[in-house]
Amino acid sequence: MPGFPRDQWYVAAYGSEIGHDLFSRTVCGEPILFWRTRDGAVTAMADRCVHRRFPLSQPPSRLVDDQVVCGYHGFTYDAGGKCVAVPGQTRIPRTARLSPYPVVEQDSFVWVFIGDPANADATKIPRAPWLVAPDYTTVSGMEPLNARYELLVDNLLDLSHETYLHGGYIGTPEVASTPITTEVDEDAGIVYVSRHMDDAECPPFYSKSTGLQGRIARWQDIEYTPPCLYKLHSRIAPVGSVPNPDGSDPDAFHVEVVYAITPETETSTHDFWAVARDFALGDEEVSAFLAENNRTVVLQDVVALNVLEQVIANEPEGYQELSINIDTGGLAARRMLKRLCEKA
Amino acid sequence: MNALTGNRVFRIHWVLGTDRLRAVCHCSAEREFEDPVELWEWLLDHPVGHAP
Repeated sequence: MPGFPRDQWYVAAYGSEIGHDLFSRTVCGEPILFWRTRDGAVTAMADRCVHRRFPLSQPPSRLVDDQVVCGYHGFTYDAGGKCVAVPGQTRIPRTARLSPYPVVEQDSFVWVFIGDPANADATKIPRAPWLVAPDYTTVSGMEPLNARYELLVDNLLDLSHETYLHGGYIGTPEVASTPITTEVDEDAGIVYVSRHMDDAECPPFYSKSTGLQGRIARWQDIEYTPPCLYKLHSRIAPVGSVPNPDGSDPDAFHVEVVYAITPETETSTHDFWAVARDFALGDEEVSAFLAENNRTVVLQDVVALNVLEQVIANEPEGYQELSINIDTGGLAARRMLKRLCEKA
Repeated sequence: MNALTGNRVFRIHWVLGTDRLRAVCHCSAEREFEDPVELWEWLLDHPVGHAP
């Protein structure tokens, strides 16, 4: 699939990564410079000086108050990307401006819009409110992935791989052996995959964090809004327990596993992950356990997908994959991504 | 169980106790498949072949 879906919002960073310092991250092949102004707003603009394209995040480029000074020849830009000083002359060329990116800080993420800024509609950014909700505790991280983002989408849309790649952490035999239901909303752009295990082994990830022993009801409901945001609504409860008709669910533990899948280049990806829970709030031991275990699981995926990227990069054209029932959601996601790429 | 409530939702159910998938189009046409690739081709061809 050529290129990236454009005219889309992508997670570029956690808000906590960006302070009053120069910060650079490449999104969809575009190097972007970020910093937080003195009044607390996050700025986003091209990380290349318009003069001789020196990266403005590269020392000795520096931030002086709310202006960035290029470390090569001193071109100086304000927080909106406008050039306000050039060396040795008073006339500033009209075109001396860094392209600004629409940017929104929401749900702990910094989102940027890749495409025509005129098409940026912040109301279209999918939400993950648990990550900042007072009745949830969240751990999070980001791992660099040396593989195309489509491989991470495939991976996350089919959780039957948990049984094999993540055995002993989050995988148990029931994940791969329980049928799924897939729903696709063409207009809203959502792929939803449900796997409800009503009598399953409890993997260590959940037994140690919730204290539940023995068999459990384990529900996995994936909600993917291509291209970037993936949510796994995970429900862990004693066998036989179901939510009340009014939606309350007092016997269950809820974990919202959120991924932001952000392409860096054609063959590398920023793999943002967060785990928000509605139990053991503020318990640092549980937080440390979940952070360590989820990072381990993410790194198991990273190792596998890095290998897969090399396999794909070195194979002859026209390899024919085989898809089976477990791939129904992944196939839907691929098709939606293809359509978004073609639209751009 | 329906999680999505839009007007143009495709649903695919793994038929319990079998290896088959039942595709349900938003026009309410239904058909069973063994191959998810063929299943998506049929769903996306709507309305072709979706008449009752």
